[in-house]
Amino acid sequence: MTLDIQKIRADFPVLDQQVNGSPLIYFDNAATTQKPKSVIDALSHYYASDNANIHRGIHALAERATTAFELTRTKIKEFINAPSSDQIILTAGTTGSINLVAQTFGRANFSTGDKILISNLEHHSNIVPWQMIAEEKGAIIEVIPVDERGVLDLEAYRNLLDASVKLVAVNHVSNAIGTINPIAEMIQLAHAHGAKVLIDGAQSIAHLDIDVQALDIDFFAFSAHKLFGPTGVGVLYGKRELLESMPPYQGGGEMIKEVSFEGTTYNELPYKFEAGTPNIADVIALSAAIDYVNALSKEALFTQELALLAYATEQLSTIPGLRIIGTAPDKIAVISFVMDGIHPQDLGVLLDKFGIAIRTGHHCVQPLMKRFGLPGTCRASFAFYNTFEEIDLFVKALRRSINMLQ
Amino acid sequence: MAQSIQETQEELIVEFGLFDDWADKYEYLIDLGKKLPSLSEDLKTEENVIKGCQSRVWLHAEKQGDQIVFEADSEAVIVKGLISMLIRVLSHHSAEEIMKADLYFIDQIGMSQHLAQTRSNGLLSMVKQMKNYALAFSAK
Repeated sequence: MTLDIQKIRADFPVLDQQVNGSPLIYFDNAATTQKPKSVIDALSHYYASDNANIHRGIHALAERATTAFELTRTKIKEFINAPSSDQIILTAGTTGSINLVAQTFGRANFSTGDKILISNLEHHSNIVPWQMIAEEKGAIIEVIPVDERGVLDLEAYRNLLDASVKLVAVNHVSNAIGTINPIAEMIQLAHAHGAKVLIDGAQSIAHLDIDVQALDIDFFAFSAHKLFGPTGVGVLYGKRELLESMPPYQGGGEMIKEVSFEGTTYNELPYKFEAGTPNIADVIALSAAIDYVNALSKEALFTQELALLAYATEQLSTIPGLRIIGTAPDKIAVISFVMDGIHPQDLGVLLDKFGIAIRTGHHCVQPLMKRFGLPGTCRASFAFYNTFEEIDLFVKALRRSINMLQ
Repeated sequence: MAQSIQETQEELIVEFGLFDDWADKYEYLIDLGKKLPSLSEDLKTEENVIKGCQSRVWLHAEKQGDQIVFEADSEAVIVKGLISMLIRVLSHHSAEEIMKADLYFIDQIGMSQHLAQTRSNGLLSMVKQMKNYALAFSAK
């Protein structure tokens, strides 16, 4: 399927604007993706027509809102091929999902001397929640190293795995350098040692096919806003027996079956983990984002992104003194780079003046930056609505910025 | 004292008024950054680091008579240019003058985007830290 990029771009209103006098070039898709008009319309339609609290109201609006809300859950289930909708827990984001697992699964299962394996590629949100629960429980965090290319050292991973490992928590794709990790193999190895696996799918959900059953994933977490959906919505998928055995997370309305002052019994899945009124509007709008991606086909979108990656890599390689950080053979369309003698922030400031949005800094992966001996990098991350012409303009602006700074 | 905080601000506004486009303005700012003497290594301490900046920024202040004298450095040259202007405006003034200074020149020369409260632009933190030093010295 060939994509009509100009037609696709017209679906994203935000792309059609000038920034500092130049057409916006948005290369910060790993931070958040832009939203198609259908998502924006779904949000406004909900508030204009259906707004009601869900699940308990018996009036028409409550029914419409509840139906739309639960329809999203079903769509998510299909999108990641989960066995059932009640294994889809709606949270505030990937961070919220990981904290949920740390505070419930971790609280119930970790004890002194147990190990949690994470990797050197992890985002702070897949490090800090584990440090917090590990400290409380006396568990130990060990780190799977990465090589110079930014590829996980699987030999070291094998050596770290033993019966004391209770959980392996790794990202599917590195947010900072784009490495796609071999999670199928990693999950198999973890399971062979009796460890459960949490996959942080924040950076893979919009680009790679996710089949939680085929991959035999125990927990999978992602955010809607990196999937062209709204901010403030995340998903946690979990295997049924794990979710059922985990204690509840936050207490409140919705998550209870019966409450008395003597005690409370908890609701069934997924509501046991969804205390309080959820982010109804944004959950409903996520439906539109999933429909959008499905209609274009994730595979076709990823093919376009890989072509952009290859072209940008080739073009950037022609700039003397520029070094690409993260050269794994399997990458999504993320390029991190540094320039000899120039601080990434300076390049970011100047590119912004050209209307180009990239990310500079440590990308919330300080341990990875330390591994490469860098204070930070410049990161350009592409989505299918980006174009080859934008890459040409970016490279031209980058050369000009470098000249200004040298 | 050579000139007042307000006079230096006016001077900077005139200087930046000479540029027609942003690129010339930033080239000048980069030049200011490159010309600002580096802070000696023994002053690049953890204590002197300004928190909240994407690049590391060090600010050192000392009292010379009635005046506060600032020295600063940064890994990023544009940040260094910005801080060089702040030093030019605020250094060698009394604590009281620094504390009550209204730094309107930043907006007038079109650099107010650097005051945004994001972690990447630390100008706001720099101004705050300079005023904090003034406050600390005046309390002594």
